[in-house]
Amino acid sequence: MFTKWAKEGKPLFLRKIPGLEAIEEAVGRATEMGRPVLFIPGIAELDEIDTIAGISILGRVAQITAQYETPLYVPVRYPLVLAAGQEVVEQAYIKAGKPELYDEDIVRYVAGEQFSFTATVNGYMMRVRPATNIYMGAFFAESLLLAETGNAAGSIQIAGTARPEQLPFFIAACDYTLMGEELYAASAYLSHEPIMMGGLKGQDFMKILIIILIIIGIVLVLFDSAETYLSWFEEN
Amino acid sequence: MSGIEILQIWIIAFFTLALFSFLYKDNPFYRLAENIFAGLTTGYQVSLIWDTVIIQKLWDPMMGGQWWLFLPGLLGLMMFSRFFPKISWMSRVPLAVVMGITAGIFLTTQLHGFVLPQMQATMNTFVTAKGFADYFLASLIAVGVISTMIYFYFSHEHVGVLGVTAKLGIWFIMISFGAHFGYTVMGRVSLLIGRTQFLIEDWIGTFSYIF
Repeated sequence: MFTKWAKEGKPLFLRKIPGLEAIEEAVGRATEMGRPVLFIPGIAELDEIDTIAGISILGRVAQITAQYETPLYVPVRYPLVLAAGQEVVEQAYIKAGKPELYDEDIVRYVAGEQFSFTATVNGYMMRVRPATNIYMGAFFAESLLLAETGNAAGSIQIAGTARPEQLPFFIAACDYTLMGEELYAASAYLSHEPIMMGGLKGQDFMKILIIILIIIGIVLVLFDSAETYLSWFEEN
Repeated sequence: MSGIEILQIWIIAFFTLALFSFLYKDNPFYRLAENIFAGLTTGYQVSLIWDTVIIQKLWDPMMGGQWWLFLPGLLGLMMFSRFFPKISWMSRVPLAVVMGITAGIFLTTQLHGFVLPQMQATMNTFVTAKGFADYFLASLIAVGVISTMIYFYFSHEHVGVLGVTAKLGIWFIMISFGAHFGYTVMGRVSLLIGRTQFLIEDWIGTFSYIF
């Protein structure tokens, strides 16, 4: 229903997400400083939804860097992410009308192991000192190593992950952080594609429904008549 | 302790110290360790994937009669089309398959693995509650779950009642992050202790054999 409305051109409101608003500003800063933008789409394989969300945001970031003619560097850990990243970045450069600026080495396979990947990226950060570091995707124990090094290199940092155990480190070391579902919402927010906008609105509708169902459940439990109701939520 | 064992310990100690040297600043020792580390792990993974995936999960079962495995094999081969510009579009097929399957699986696992159990657990805390303290904690959990969900509601500005509830949600989120932070830092400190123990006990321990 929401997708239909979006396709019909009906305005669908989405509140501002500060971290996303900051992306364009951060790329602008990199342009002014003449230094590159570093984008890491997480360190997980393409079969992780966080990686797909990261790749989707990469498309928008690449479009902005192409428009500003700012160098972009995307180190990846898996060959499939490399292929997907190259596809997305190439399309973004074409969409921005700057296909001649696209270089396959923008997205680069770095290393297949978590900490060798981190060591290489950290070395890059200290040597090249990118003006902006964007981390969007699935991160694990390397999150603080990356974010702290970026911080020490003086870069503006924007992070987004749905891993609750890594979010505190990004919040501590980055300027802006997209938490949990904000990462998934980012793709819809940036693209304004009717299908994605509709999906996001549908998710919001489901959240309200879940809240109502929880409140009904609690009331029924308090009146001691929730046995059947609670069984609906049990795993079969 | 044999000469080979001492050599191994010295190599490990050298790379440990070379990587630690990054704490001071970027230097040639760190660069050497970084490049060897990246090269070694990449080489190791290529051989690992060849053996555990190509041979054990694809070739051997196919030779054993599971001929339908040629389909994922074919999808894998299509990735190599990226080396040939005229047919490089073919590599988009396996990418689309992986991304589509991921999104589909994610939807069901999230619903069954997180959403329904979270809803049930939130309501069940009231079922098992006995006395004021239990009901207070159960209410706290319910308020935490609902206000956190409100924080992730994107269809309305966080103003008025919604704003207050979202602010409450962010408090719950931050308290949870604080606990995660402390827990993980403790884990990292134990890793540092492990490395330090290796340097003090194993590496410095070899000095008596050499000097």
